[in-house]
Amino acid sequence: MNDSSSWACPVKHAAEPQRVSLAHGEGGSSMRRLLEEHILPRFDRLSSLPLDDAAVLPQIDGRPVLTTDAFVVSPLFFPGGDIGTLSVYGTVNDLAVRGAEPLWLTLSLILEEGFSLQLLDRVLESVAEAARRCRVSVVAGDTKVVPRGAVDRLFVSTTGLGRLIEPGPSGSATIEVGDVLLVSGPIGRHGIAILAAREEMAFEPPPESDCGPLIEAVAALRTAGVRVRAMRDATRGGVTAVMHEWARDCGGTLVIEEERVPISSDVRGVCELLGLDPLNVANEGTMVVAVHPDDAESARSALQCVSVCARAARIGFVRARGLLPVVVKRGIGSERPLLEPSGAPLPRIC
Amino acid sequence: MKYLDEFRHPGATESLLESIRRRVTKRWTIMEVCGGQTHGLLRYGIDEALADAVELIHGPGCPVCVTGAEVIDRAIELASIPNVLVTTFGDMLRVPGSRESLASARAAGALVRMVYSPLDAVALAEKHPELEVVFFAVGFETTAPATALAVLQAKRRGIENFSLLVAHVRVQPAMEAILCAPENRVQAFLAAGHVCTVVGCESYEDLCRRYEVPIVVTGFEPTDLATGIAACVEQLETSRHEVENRYDRVVQAEGNLRARQFVEDVFEACDRTWRGLGAMPLGGLRLRESWRDYDAERRFTAGALPQVVSSCRCRSGEVLSGRIKPPECAAFGGECRPEHPLGAPMVSGEGACAAYFQYHRPELRCEPRAVEGNA
Repeated sequence: MNDSSSWACPVKHAAEPQRVSLAHGEGGSSMRRLLEEHILPRFDRLSSLPLDDAAVLPQIDGRPVLTTDAFVVSPLFFPGGDIGTLSVYGTVNDLAVRGAEPLWLTLSLILEEGFSLQLLDRVLESVAEAARRCRVSVVAGDTKVVPRGAVDRLFVSTTGLGRLIEPGPSGSATIEVGDVLLVSGPIGRHGIAILAAREEMAFEPPPESDCGPLIEAVAALRTAGVRVRAMRDATRGGVTAVMHEWARDCGGTLVIEEERVPISSDVRGVCELLGLDPLNVANEGTMVVAVHPDDAESARSALQCVSVCARAARIGFVRARGLLPVVVKRGIGSERPLLEPSGAPLPRIC
Repeated sequence: MKYLDEFRHPGATESLLESIRRRVTKRWTIMEVCGGQTHGLLRYGIDEALADAVELIHGPGCPVCVTGAEVIDRAIELASIPNVLVTTFGDMLRVPGSRESLASARAAGALVRMVYSPLDAVALAEKHPELEVVFFAVGFETTAPATALAVLQAKRRGIENFSLLVAHVRVQPAMEAILCAPENRVQAFLAAGHVCTVVGCESYEDLCRRYEVPIVVTGFEPTDLATGIAACVEQLETSRHEVENRYDRVVQAEGNLRARQFVEDVFEACDRTWRGLGAMPLGGLRLRESWRDYDAERRFTAGALPQVVSSCRCRSGEVLSGRIKPPECAAFGGECRPEHPLGAPMVSGEGACAAYFQYHRPELRCEPRAVEGNA
């Protein structure tokens, strides 16, 4: 009597590989399976298109706006987000603060040999979810695998394409004396969340990143008819770096009033402990806005109507250029220079 | 934020500053010992607000600034040995040795890592038995107890791949050296609150009595600093010299006895060369003989530390001893800037030169003087 089970090879099939191997980047069947099983199903647009070398996109109504960014964050997962959400929101926000409606994204992955496929799935889920939230489609992508040690587990690069909604911000060169500076929420949350997670600091609860989209906040300003001179998401270098760029562009002196700057108590605590200035710490879902003085109040109220911007605040103003490009008013009212950050802020000894 | 906001209240600070301005009959000269206090005084503009009443001169109390270039060279030398990982605090990474900093050595391939505590370095050693983990221990009495605790913990847990490159310094010998110097102008001290948290304010009694100098222990917030200055002024105006604790929410008379015991168990006082200030008798700490197995220099290297010649363009020694203000150095703000420091006080955020660079308005900077040779 034939028993088909007795024909089975006595050697068990090797378990499905759970880690990225160099073969996944070599263009053969392993790569096809990686794409078909892990990447394409998560992105409607990609899975519905033939895998051509380039995506042909519909015509858009307006001027195209293009941006690109690379994400190399460590750790990959942190309170409030991960490299996946970061790579979508970072690029989407760059389009949004330039006055564009984000439409499409490309996604480029550089994977380290040995990276866990399960973690890759989690990152891809985050990318997909963040893209859905921002109503953008991932329309093209690329995957490379490099030998162990050549990258730190996973690097992600995204390019974003959107359409400008006229009139966009008039630009930082148009910032004038008397203009008002605002932030959309408490500053420094991303930088402190990453620092605390990377260094395994036992803060309870752990500080959370502000990693999130600014599309709604920008739309609220647009709807309120605010004359926006410039908007920037205050990423690396924090608010200080943006202030210095704008001061260079407009030729005025930007004055920050320290007491008005919203800071969450956990960020303030960590900064006090380590001797860091929250103004220099990175954000991922918080922007700085320069507006015409007559629109300052409507800008603040419009932002505060957006849930993530409930603590939006006026933080300063622009005056004629003095000796310094950026100053901060502190405590007893004395003005001090706010220097451009140089390199990463380092915690002090004591 | 409890314990912060009430000591940053602009109204309270301003009224204290006004009372100091009213109280003085002459312009007194007070030295704040600690770099953190220099930072606070300049950040909040207290030095300017009191310019007519008190001259604030900045002491040597930034441990990063006074760590010798030769010790940094030794740390780099250790980090360049295969499988030796040198760990240290963040602001130590950018301080230049005689040729380069730990950060630039790391970029060139040396194994260097920033930690937030010496105990993190012990944990790294435990996690990486294939490495020899060295903690480059810098700091005043404030950080010495944690270093002592780290070596005690390493011994208790049998972690043998952990050792220390010790560059700890003691603050009182430096204060005494300043008072002994023939050109000394210091009439009163603001003593460093963090150091006193460990050593207590009683430990200053002898210095206060022998040199007849008021010593007021104070904190770092604007109201703390104004309170400390007011107390110094009051003593000077009434010809008194006492140790006064104006940071009693943190500092006890006897300090932290447990922390002191850790330090006593592991370290002993030794002579140490301070950057910019030269030889400082009993100005440092070293491992006691019974702990020398944990001495990284003994474990990995041999020979005395090389002599390092300071840059003749850097007058950091005069800055650290309060003889000049940073802007009086010809290199300040031009050739010497935080991104290209000639001396350590420009590197560390707590250094007097960096604090002046960061907080002083350029129009208030003194006219540079001619360079006067070797510091």
